[in-house]
Amino acid sequence: MESVTILNNVEDTNIEELETVTIRFAGDSGDGMQLTGTQFSNTTAVVGNDISTLPDYPAEIRAPAGSLPGVSGFQLKFSNHDIRTPGDEPNVLVAMNPAALKVNLADLEHGGILIVNTDAFNENNLKKAGYETNPLEDGVLGGYRVFKLPITTLNRAALRDTVKLPPKEIDRCKNFWALGMMYWLYDRPLEPTQQWIETKFKKPEIQTANLTALKAGFAYAEAAEIFTTHYRVRRAAIAPGKYRNITGNEATALGFVTASVLAKRPLFYASYPITPASEILHELSIHKNFGVKTFQAEDEIAAMCAAIGAAFTGSLGLTGTSGPGLALKSEAIGLAVMTELPVVIVDVQRGGPSTGLPTKTEQADLLQAMFGRNGECPVAIVAPATPAECFQMAVEAFRIATKHMLPVIYLSDGYLANGAEPWRLPAMDELPKFAVELTTNAEGFHPYNRDPETLARAWAVPGTPKLEHRIGGLEKEDTTGNVSYDPENHMHMVLMRAEKVARVAYDIPDLEVFGEPEGRLLVIGWGSTYGAITSAVEEMQHRGKLISSIHLRYLNPFPSNLGEILGRFDRVLVPELNLGQLALLLRARYLVPAVSFAKVKGKPFKIRELTAKMNELYED
Amino acid sequence: MSANANIPTNGGSSPVPPVKLTRKDFVSDQEVRWCPGCGDYSILAQIQKVMPELGIKRENTVFVSGIGCSSRFPYYMNTYGFHSIHGRAPAIATGIKASNPELSVWVITGDGDALSIGGNHLIHTIRRNLDINIILFNNRIYGLTKGQYSPTSEFGKKTKSTPYGVIDYPLNPLSVALAAEATFVARSVDTFTSHLQMTVERAMHHKGVSFVEVYQNCNIFNDHAFEMFTERGVRDDAMIEIEHGKPLVFGKEHNRGVRMRSDMHLEVVELGNGVDESGLIVHNEKAPDSYLAYMLARMESPDYPVPIGVFRDVTKATYEDMLAGQIKTATEKMGPGDLEKLINSGDTWVIE
Repeated sequence: MESVTILNNVEDTNIEELETVTIRFAGDSGDGMQLTGTQFSNTTAVVGNDISTLPDYPAEIRAPAGSLPGVSGFQLKFSNHDIRTPGDEPNVLVAMNPAALKVNLADLEHGGILIVNTDAFNENNLKKAGYETNPLEDGVLGGYRVFKLPITTLNRAALRDTVKLPPKEIDRCKNFWALGMMYWLYDRPLEPTQQWIETKFKKPEIQTANLTALKAGFAYAEAAEIFTTHYRVRRAAIAPGKYRNITGNEATALGFVTASVLAKRPLFYASYPITPASEILHELSIHKNFGVKTFQAEDEIAAMCAAIGAAFTGSLGLTGTSGPGLALKSEAIGLAVMTELPVVIVDVQRGGPSTGLPTKTEQADLLQAMFGRNGECPVAIVAPATPAECFQMAVEAFRIATKHMLPVIYLSDGYLANGAEPWRLPAMDELPKFAVELTTNAEGFHPYNRDPETLARAWAVPGTPKLEHRIGGLEKEDTTGNVSYDPENHMHMVLMRAEKVARVAYDIPDLEVFGEPEGRLLVIGWGSTYGAITSAVEEMQHRGKLISSIHLRYLNPFPSNLGEILGRFDRVLVPELNLGQLALLLRARYLVPAVSFAKVKGKPFKIRELTAKMNELYED
Repeated sequence: MSANANIPTNGGSSPVPPVKLTRKDFVSDQEVRWCPGCGDYSILAQIQKVMPELGIKRENTVFVSGIGCSSRFPYYMNTYGFHSIHGRAPAIATGIKASNPELSVWVITGDGDALSIGGNHLIHTIRRNLDINIILFNNRIYGLTKGQYSPTSEFGKKTKSTPYGVIDYPLNPLSVALAAEATFVARSVDTFTSHLQMTVERAMHHKGVSFVEVYQNCNIFNDHAFEMFTERGVRDDAMIEIEHGKPLVFGKEHNRGVRMRSDMHLEVVELGNGVDESGLIVHNEKAPDSYLAYMLARMESPDYPVPIGVFRDVTKATYEDMLAGQIKTATEKMGPGDLEKLINSGDTWVIE
């Protein structure tokens, strides 16, 4: 249990100060739990706590009501200090029906607070959730602090005289009732959600109904003397600045718009809808006033090809997908490698193989990104570590792609995509500078003239007089770009394409070690496991262990100082949400006996799982 | 600030180049590597001949192709060119045209490239009505892979991969294009040089997607594929050149016509003996619906004269114009993109 209770009884005799709280809202996918969680998060961010969130929703849009597959959850952790994960186990579980209880109870910490909507615990719902007896009555909840509230009834009673709406509409407001109750319990203001309701719901009756439900929940919690205590989490000491709460997908989209402005090249985003990447398409399609063109293609292949076509004309060619889509794009990515065009491919990884677990997170596309194409076909690979960091890595992806004239794969995942955290907004002068120049000079022009430093070829685009040239997927002679079947030339070009990617290493920052520069154990992560790994390593360091960590945001090429850092530690542990893909690359490249710690459950690492593994290795 | 400022355009100058280009200006320095006697040579020559007449600059022209014999085409044009991957040329062309609508974009494809591996891209690119020109070289065979049947090969045909005959039914490329709501649909023949030139010119001048099927002889793997109706001796009786506003008359003596029976079937009639042109179908390529074009496209040898010409030529807003229109509207409404404002949007708070 992470939360520490300090009973210092300030101001309010019934208020208890906590450092950190983890709450999970769970209900039917039609119960509005994502909305409830998002509203709680935004309000919590506004009052100055550090926060980290993780929605967990089913792949089915509306699985049968009350069923186990239909359970939708939203977990958030907030704190008075810097936090990096949405929490291992919730301290509080709000379960709107028996199925939600069944799916989530095992995660609730021992002695945790459990709030249930008793109205939903009827025979039918119990049966759908697979309960033979009512868990509210049979004693299985003995280890928790249980609050049984007839939320549906209380909500109906509150709204009955206020609005004239059909019962079904009234019942739909019960998530706001629950939210209001939670706002009282955790001492949050109602205003941010009130404002949100006022702008979101245009129909006066619906607006009134939701506002009334929110206030009624708050008032009930305050007056009904069910909760003897409520809780306060003081604001966190966060770096000064202006903040907003942002998900990884939103940050990714904003990063690409920013790249377009910085590079002064138009952004062209081609994509086929796929979970969990679709929000990037939705978000980018709004920003047309930046000249952003979005194209919903007929399939993944077309999206990749359209991005290549756009890059050929001088746009920032971008496509986004998840693992199955990356598989479909492979051949065309090869074309982008061959034609040396600057495209960026976003892969928001999800559970695989095949259709797999569309809404769950995983990191098992690393080797696909590295090697999943025919021929010797290297690309650069970057991976953001946190939701907010998606912004800068999106900019970085295009900086590399345009400077080095090669495709870049950007590996996000479902956890980053849907998870949210406060983002300190960068000032305009903090943004990276990168200039992109198109070739216009016809003197001595050849399409594969190269920059001596980066080996990037000239970016000469249609519309430029006297630079007419042909490119394509056939092997070409260096410099001229003419089709060539010459054996020596082929070897030369294969090495050239590899060298181009290798030279990106001179253009990316060195790794920084978290902790002592040498020691007994080095933990290496990449992508979305940053929060859990860093928190776990920090905890071990506090316990006096000589453990350090590094986090890879650049996976191809690796940062130049990686090998040297590896040499300074006795042992290397690589936790990944796959069966050891980075570990495989590290062993192959650096001949280190890296130990893989694999988890493939569609869920992120828990801090506790990582500290246990570190202990095991450390003591070994 | 708008990120849109640096799209290369033709500089706002007149679309007609100041110096009249000739066919030679469109010939690249690459040696043509099709088999001697291939129909592709003629198509290349006609397009190179027509290009100077079209009033587009070389630098504003892009030829995009997929994979197959026909797809070598861009290498031989002294314009911008992209020899891409199998079936994907329409998708690449979509990215090119949508990104820079100033460009004249041509897709060169074949029956396998467009209708088999690239079938999905073909129909969706057509339905979006980008202003691009798709020229499909139909030789009814896979040439580059040395003689397997294609989606347009005749039922029963014996090929390398079908020694006992083809057992899947062929597609009619024009039917596919019409079903995908193409706004310009035409057919010509590799050896009919002036007709082919005229067809390519009309395709170019059509604003919106143009789909042109060209019967192209593969003298190695499917020789004489179209001879039974294109041969000089039989052509007049076996083919019909359809023209807008004109009755469907054909035959050496202009003595035959096509009319519609009461059960909606087309029939071929002999003119004379009380049958005159007034009962014949009058071609209307501008018809808002595509029923007539579809019926004409279904006329096949030997029951009907094989039609060539423009089947359909109608106008609809293009994808790239509507995309630009949405950007214009959004910019008018929200103002040009302001990055600082964008980053600072949403619910923000300040930590002192």
